[in-house]
Amino acid sequence: MALLDVCGISDWVKEDTFSAQKASVDRVNHFNFAAREPELAVPIGVDPAEFLKPFTDCEDGVEGVTIKLEHGTTTLAFKFQHGVMVAVDSRASAGAYVSTQMFKKVIEINPYLLGTMSGSAADCVYWERVLARECRIYKLRNKERISVSAASKLLANMVANYRGMGLSMGTMICGWDKKGPGLYYVDDNGLRLSGNMFSTGSGNSYAYGVMDSGYRYDLTVPEAYDLAQRAIFHATHRDAYSGGTVNMYHMQETGWIKVSQEDVGELYHRFAAEKK
Amino acid sequence: MSNPPSCRNMEYLIGIQGPDFVLVAADNVAASSIIQMKHDYDKMFKLSDKILLLCVGEAGDTVQFAEYIQKNVQLYKMRNGYELSPAAAANFTRKNLADYLRSRTPYHVNLLLAGYDETDGPGLYYMDYLSALAKAPFAAHGYGAFLTLSILDRYYRPDLTREEAVDLLKKCLEELNKRFIMNLPSFTVRLIDKDGIHDMEKLPVGPK
Repeated sequence: MALLDVCGISDWVKEDTFSAQKASVDRVNHFNFAAREPELAVPIGVDPAEFLKPFTDCEDGVEGVTIKLEHGTTTLAFKFQHGVMVAVDSRASAGAYVSTQMFKKVIEINPYLLGTMSGSAADCVYWERVLARECRIYKLRNKERISVSAASKLLANMVANYRGMGLSMGTMICGWDKKGPGLYYVDDNGLRLSGNMFSTGSGNSYAYGVMDSGYRYDLTVPEAYDLAQRAIFHATHRDAYSGGTVNMYHMQETGWIKVSQEDVGELYHRFAAEKK
Repeated sequence: MSNPPSCRNMEYLIGIQGPDFVLVAADNVAASSIIQMKHDYDKMFKLSDKILLLCVGEAGDTVQFAEYIQKNVQLYKMRNGYELSPAAAANFTRKNLADYLRSRTPYHVNLLLAGYDETDGPGLYYMDYLSALAKAPFAAHGYGAFLTLSILDRYYRPDLTREEAVDLLKKCLEELNKRFIMNLPSFTVRLIDKDGIHDMEKLPVGPK
């Protein structure tokens, strides 16, 4: 019962006294707002095993099967003399099916912090929103903005608690704090690396190829925009699971700005024309 | 993309104990699948002024476990007013590793603990992910160990000077450059003696 849960009364009282209806589908009200034990309400009339079988690896619904998560993405970020460039593609795939070409893979945590997403969209969106909440709480408590190092450490420690439970998340936390531009890579293994250049996702190797060949610390701003855009474009060209549009952000001392959002099809024709 | 178990041994740690010092080195590559994500990654954790913990293994486990040990060693000093000795720190680390091994969330990490004790002198402790602990005059972790342990067997003497120990280390790293399939371009080298932990020049020396 909802009121019992909110009061936090111990389990032995709740057990076997008030309701013979145990499953959430039996109760009229499926939503336990503020309940201590969150439950998943399943739609009536749908067999959950059949519904989820296409998303698993196994054939006949054996015990202990896990949902197969896809990691189709290319994201990149690099530091240069004028700040941090962040560029991502926008394709969300579920196996061989393209769910959408317009997915936002950059989370705007606050005007001075950005997070990119690769791996499972649900995990990234959820955990980066939790991170955004923790950053806000930090600012309220300490009257100053959280550093990029601390924000990335918070995220790494949060997911480290779920080690081995099937989280899939590869993210880059980019920001500008008192120490200047900051870039950290955090993933679901609990790995946290500080660096000048990272790329994640299924297309990361293609992006590294173009980025490494054209990168210098003293790039001008237009050159950096061009490099970031080309790296994602080339990755979308070769990697089947990346595509859509290239979304670019520039992290400056005064906060981030959204640079551009261009369709990779149009970029293809523009670059091809330049080559001639 | 997480690494399969066979990938975890591509990292390299080595330790050589002398009469009054311990020399340790670790590679600087942080890899994810086939990509080198970082070329200057430090795999050594300073537990105290005279104890270093070198840690390789599964991606997130290394930092999480090593920092846990590091903070607990520092807490011991704060609570009791004096530091844990290298032997005590090694046994503490092993006990924690063994406890986690027997839980639902084992840490897959391979460790070298190097330290200098006022009374016992220098000490090098080898630990693996099954929480085996052995005090050894020299030790190495990773696939690179298959290539370099015999070099250490052949040329190690208990009375090595610091220069001789560095030369022995260079011999090992040259062998890795020659025969090891992974490209490990640079190694962090540190030396522990009665005066504490000293950073040494990164090996191999880069182009001038």
